[in-house]
Amino acid sequence: MPRLPQQPALPEAAPANIVVQRKRHNIGEKLTLAVLFIASTIAIATTIGIVLSLVFESFRFFQMVSPVEFLFGLHWSPQTAIRADQVAASGSFGAIPLLVGTFLISLVAMAVATPIGLFSATYLAEYASPRFRNVVKPALEVLAGIPTVVYGFFAVIIVAPLLRQGGDMVGLSVSAESALAAGLVMGIMTIPFVSSLTDDAIVAVPLSLREGSLGLGATRSETIRHVILPAALPGISGGLLLAMSRVIGETMIVVMAAGLTANLTINPLEAVTTVTVQIVTLLTGDQEFESAKTLAAFALGLWLFVLTLALNLLAQKLVKKYREKY
Amino acid sequence: MKNTDQQAQHLALINAGLKKRRRAETRFRIAGRFATMIALAFMLVMFSAIISRGSGAFQRTYIEIPVYFDRSHFGDQSTQVLQNADYSGLLKSALRSAFPHIKSRSDKRQLYRLVSNISAFELRRIVLDKPEVIGRSITVSLPASDEVDLAAKSEMTTFGRLSETQISLVQRLQSNHQIRRDFNYHFFTSGDSREPELAGIAAALAGSFFTIMVCVALSFFLGVMAAIYLEEFAARNKLTEFIEVNINNLAAVPSIVFGLLGLAVFLNFFHLPRSASLVGGMVLALMSLPTIIIAGRASLKAVPNSIREAALGIGASKVQTVFFHTLPLALPGIFTGTIIAMARAMGETAPLLMIGMVAFIVDIPTTILDPATSLPVQVYLWADSPERAFEQKTAAAIMVLLAFLVVMNLTAVLLRKKFEIRW
Repeated sequence: MPRLPQQPALPEAAPANIVVQRKRHNIGEKLTLAVLFIASTIAIATTIGIVLSLVFESFRFFQMVSPVEFLFGLHWSPQTAIRADQVAASGSFGAIPLLVGTFLISLVAMAVATPIGLFSATYLAEYASPRFRNVVKPALEVLAGIPTVVYGFFAVIIVAPLLRQGGDMVGLSVSAESALAAGLVMGIMTIPFVSSLTDDAIVAVPLSLREGSLGLGATRSETIRHVILPAALPGISGGLLLAMSRVIGETMIVVMAAGLTANLTINPLEAVTTVTVQIVTLLTGDQEFESAKTLAAFALGLWLFVLTLALNLLAQKLVKKYREKY
Repeated sequence: MKNTDQQAQHLALINAGLKKRRRAETRFRIAGRFATMIALAFMLVMFSAIISRGSGAFQRTYIEIPVYFDRSHFGDQSTQVLQNADYSGLLKSALRSAFPHIKSRSDKRQLYRLVSNISAFELRRIVLDKPEVIGRSITVSLPASDEVDLAAKSEMTTFGRLSETQISLVQRLQSNHQIRRDFNYHFFTSGDSREPELAGIAAALAGSFFTIMVCVALSFFLGVMAAIYLEEFAARNKLTEFIEVNINNLAAVPSIVFGLLGLAVFLNFFHLPRSASLVGGMVLALMSLPTIIIAGRASLKAVPNSIREAALGIGASKVQTVFFHTLPLALPGIFTGTIIAMARAMGETAPLLMIGMVAFIVDIPTTILDPATSLPVQVYLWADSPERAFEQKTAAAIMVLLAFLVVMNLTAVLLRKKFEIRW
């Protein structure tokens, strides 16, 4: 607990009422400070709450299903019982297909968001006229404010049917719940995220570097490619890691547009399922709390939490390292 | 001599490369412009798709037919009898007499399906309101069924699942000007329904309202207090640093994990009611806290030190300085941050699914403990429905949701413009 700055002592002859007032006052100040301190620890309490609830429920899950099966198993079907006489576990809980599905969709999303986000941020920061920038930048930020359930609806009614028709035309069979559709829409959602973080990193590059390069006769695009982007690279890659962690944890788009059954494939035209989709399907609808099926959702949640946390810490480290450089 | 020769050679070399470099420059610029345009195009396509699909839901189709309120249906006309009279029989006979050429049983059944299930209730309402209609024949507007509604909105170009008989009936009604469209106030006043033409967003709106109220009540005060402590009082030590790292990481935790926390702690440990907007608000409050704390700290930091020093100099204590001088000056910025955080919370769906706010809610919730759903969850539920007519409702609900978010964000921007002080 921090101390309040000491107030100067009252003179010996101070009137009694002032002495009492100040004593009361000091107690009030200390109380206020204590309340403020407690409020600030709520963030720690939340983190502890998340970790404890995830670890505790996952522990119970791992008493029913071995961690080895969960981490390395290739088969995920929590709905069907393997043997009729089974009591605790029903189905198999190998999470690898979910991880592959999650990464497949995330890769598609990043493949869309990275080039568009990078190019538009560079263009807006280095080329665009102030008028163009003042209109387009807020417009791109609007994309970031749209609820993900709206993107999910868009994926289902527009993007997925379009991809299907396009696939039919060139003779490819595209699943109605293809990883491509979900990933594409997720990529659109991530564009403003990537572009604003890239913008931050580009703006942070000192003007002297830019001027030095231009002064040596490099064109603007050469300056950007050979001087600014390399200098901003740690910041940009930090931003991309943050975007990746967001994409991995994104739920509604995949719940609406991706598949529900696990499918171990890296073909983006097929339907795959993701970690978040499985958490939602396991926990909505009828559930008994003691079953492995329900607890599996917490194990998946723990996995998700650890992965996104690792990505975030890595990203923060990269950005911090970059800041120290200039 | 040799020197100028070399210079000329260099110059030639540079000039030779110049064309290529300029082309590369143009290509790069075009690529940048193209990427920006693609991002904007995506947004335009999305908005136009949603608006073109959803705007129909704000109108409702009615079929106007004369109904003869036969005395024989109403006996002694006491309130008791009027309440329980056979209104669906009345409705059926009115439909039959409007189309006397319909004879076969199956054709009659198809005729009855042109109007919505609530049409009988509509007749009941008319009789209870104005008992004097009994014994007379008046023209009544009956809500059309969802398939007729869609056909009418497509200006009779697509007929969906309507049968041949029904199509000819609808076309006849249309040419007799017996099909009318009106503003669908029902969409805003009724709860969810299995029948697309009756479903509305009132219950979802009420649920969203209660959830956000709980969320703002918890997160605003906690967030502001935490921001004040961290920015104004906390000493730079390991503990404060740990708190800060925690806040930054919480801001990046996937929202579904907060839902799992709510399920494990609020529902299974504290046994708070499932599906209630109270729990939804609590989960969203935990989620919004980091945003509010970060915004709060930024606006406290923006208050210049001279203000603090002046207050301290005339004898205010540290706490008095913060609460009477620093905080009031930082409040506009904090409000802006809070509104933006609430707009984000309002569009959040995933954590609410975890705590069971994904129920079929017909009755409009009246307290924070009632089972409720929220607007984005309603969008998710309707988007999942197989009926074609729900697609329109989904797009319309999205339009309402986006309208709310636009209003909230605009308020935040205006608030910042009007009250933020630039030091």
